[in-house]
Amino acid sequence: METPRVTGNRIKEYLEQGKRFDGRKPDEFREISIETAVSEKAEGSARVKIGKTEVIVGIKLDVSEPYPDSPNEGKLMVTSELLPLSSPRFESGPPRFPAIELGRLIDRAVRESKFIEFEKLCIKKGEKVWSVFIDIYSINYDGNLIDAAGIGTLVALKQARLPKYDEKNEKVLFGEWTNKKLPLSKEIPIITTIHKIGNNLLVDPTLEEEDISEARITMGGTIDGTIFSIQKGNPKQINIEELYKILDLAEKTRKKVFTNIEKFLK
Amino acid sequence: MKDKIERKIVIPGEVIAKGEDYLPGEGTEKRGDEIVTTRYGLAEESNRLIKVIALSGIYQPRRGNVVIGKVENITFYGWVIDLDCPEHSFLPLQEVPKYIDNNRLNELLDIEDMVVAKIIGVTSRGIDLTIKSRGLGRIDEGIILKINSNKVPRIIGKEGSMINLMKKESGCNITVGQNGLIWIKGDKIEDELLVKKAIMFVCEKSFTSGLTEEMNKWFGKEKKGEK
Amino acid sequence: MAKEFKRPDGRKTDEIRPMKAKVGIVPNADGSAMFSFGDTIAIAAVYGPRKMHPQHQQDPEKGTLRCTYSMLSFSVTERIRPGPNRRSTEISKISQWSLEPVLMIKKYPNMVVDVHINVLQANASTRCAGINAAALALAHAGIPMNDIVSSISIGKLDKQLVVDLDKDEEDWEEGEGSTDIPITMTPNGDVTHIQLDGRINSKELKEVLELARRKTKEIYEVQKKALKESIKEIK
Repeated sequence: METPRVTGNRIKEYLEQGKRFDGRKPDEFREISIETAVSEKAEGSARVKIGKTEVIVGIKLDVSEPYPDSPNEGKLMVTSELLPLSSPRFESGPPRFPAIELGRLIDRAVRESKFIEFEKLCIKKGEKVWSVFIDIYSINYDGNLIDAAGIGTLVALKQARLPKYDEKNEKVLFGEWTNKKLPLSKEIPIITTIHKIGNNLLVDPTLEEEDISEARITMGGTIDGTIFSIQKGNPKQINIEELYKILDLAEKTRKKVFTNIEKFLK
Repeated sequence: MKDKIERKIVIPGEVIAKGEDYLPGEGTEKRGDEIVTTRYGLAEESNRLIKVIALSGIYQPRRGNVVIGKVENITFYGWVIDLDCPEHSFLPLQEVPKYIDNNRLNELLDIEDMVVAKIIGVTSRGIDLTIKSRGLGRIDEGIILKINSNKVPRIIGKEGSMINLMKKESGCNITVGQNGLIWIKGDKIEDELLVKKAIMFVCEKSFTSGLTEEMNKWFGKEKKGEK
Repeated sequence: MAKEFKRPDGRKTDEIRPMKAKVGIVPNADGSAMFSFGDTIAIAAVYGPRKMHPQHQQDPEKGTLRCTYSMLSFSVTERIRPGPNRRSTEISKISQWSLEPVLMIKKYPNMVVDVHINVLQANASTRCAGINAAALALAHAGIPMNDIVSSISIGKLDKQLVVDLDKDEEDWEEGEGSTDIPITMTPNGDVTHIQLDGRINSKELKEVLELARRKTKEIYEVQKKALKESIKEIK
């Protein structure tokens, strides 16, 4: 059942006082917990829990032809599935907009940041490059899948090692790995989403809070303030003053999230 | 001499007792001379009747139950209500306390409104509701919580002891729907959230005995923490 | 007895990999569980009974069981494209058939019980791990059932019967090669699911069934323990 309007009204009222139902401040995250090596068949993988929300992200690599307009660069594909297992609200079937959007939000931040050094994934110019597949799955949905997926993606990418490649026969030896890590740049794209409810901004909404979110902005950027991607979602408008506040809050939030996940990004 | 069956967690297919001394109650069935579990839960015996108290599973609607639901749809004859259970539930026009024109049902209860109702009948077609008695009707404000309907007896307590304790300690009005939805309304949001916290606590500890006493202590600590 | 047969990972012929089972791993679900055979890990969640959509699939006589099985793209060494494929569609159906006989959902007409199985990491016997997790999740959800079913893969490597096949054994090539026989049974020994890929004769098949009978009992004990120890995990 969607959050009843009366409860939503109370959430809004309480937010006006700068308070949230679970005792958090509007700029506070729930507890983040991270595990790696969720699947040992993946090149890299991570399980991220934010409060009760849980996602699993896995990285797989393969070798194929590069795109004609970038003959010496590796490729990237980000897919996201909102598993019906993770919520009574998700049904089986082809991905609907929320799943597609989630994949695209993560894709945009990772791709535009050039976090993955694609030129270093070239095996033979014009013929063979590595493709990176990032696959995101929801395991329990209690709000804020986007940020959880963002954290999971970074950790999984950091974990990822290249599989062995048989140059002579031109095939990947799946299941056998080198010690070579995925070439990653130092500019880490932290993905955070700021929500607007009434006149208030908050981060890391629970499911109830997400249900009454009027507008949201997802941003991918570094802790130094470089921004790679922005997307506004949900149907209400945001005025310029609020947008400036959102930019500030996003930067502060990226820094906080980074300190929480830093040790997994070494 | 028959042995007393002790309270224990049982799983489907498990034999709870053998012999002719016992009778199969809810959550069990007789197979030959064995009483076998049909639902995961807590097996209990009283006066030779063995039943399994469900720990999980959907709400079983019963006539007379007070329930809380959301208006899903309005027809010419009444309101379709979502009680968060799979049966179809309907509140007919005749079962409201005042006269409403067929065209103005939404003025009393609109789509998405929450309502406290009572079950007047359960048939193969679904659940029939009324809001004619006192304490029933549209929910105007407050917090609505959803818990597993199997825990409702614990929230209410023996002869209402638990729910009355919560009301007293918080000063809130609390309406518990047998379907697991609970409406909390107080003067301050803090009071409402205190009740919500208390309810979540009871849900987690629902197996322990002496819970009412423990809640007394819990409220004492929580309120001291507030100062 | 004959000299000890050497399995790739050193197990005895009748040895199941270490099993793990836990319920309540998906807070949103009405019931949920994980089950693993060694490094084959499956999770399952149950939602229901609930209203069946689309309406035309409703059965006015009884409740319906719907089951989906899917492997995560990175659960195997060579990536599986996300989305349904022929294999997952077939396993979804046989998983449903393996669980249905013990469910007592006649009294839920027009309703559906949805079971979703996902494999997080695969080293063969994935459908068996999935069914074991699903059986636990159904019980955890409070669905009325006659029994918990338990699933195991029995293998024949050349002429030798083994239990709980892993990937190396699935790829066995010596002699008659590998025969893979996943079986699901109730504690009474009723078979709710059986498949076979390979080559076998009737006498060997009877031995397979005996072996399955014995070994599903071990799995049942693991499942029972997970349910009994789960008190804190009930919503």
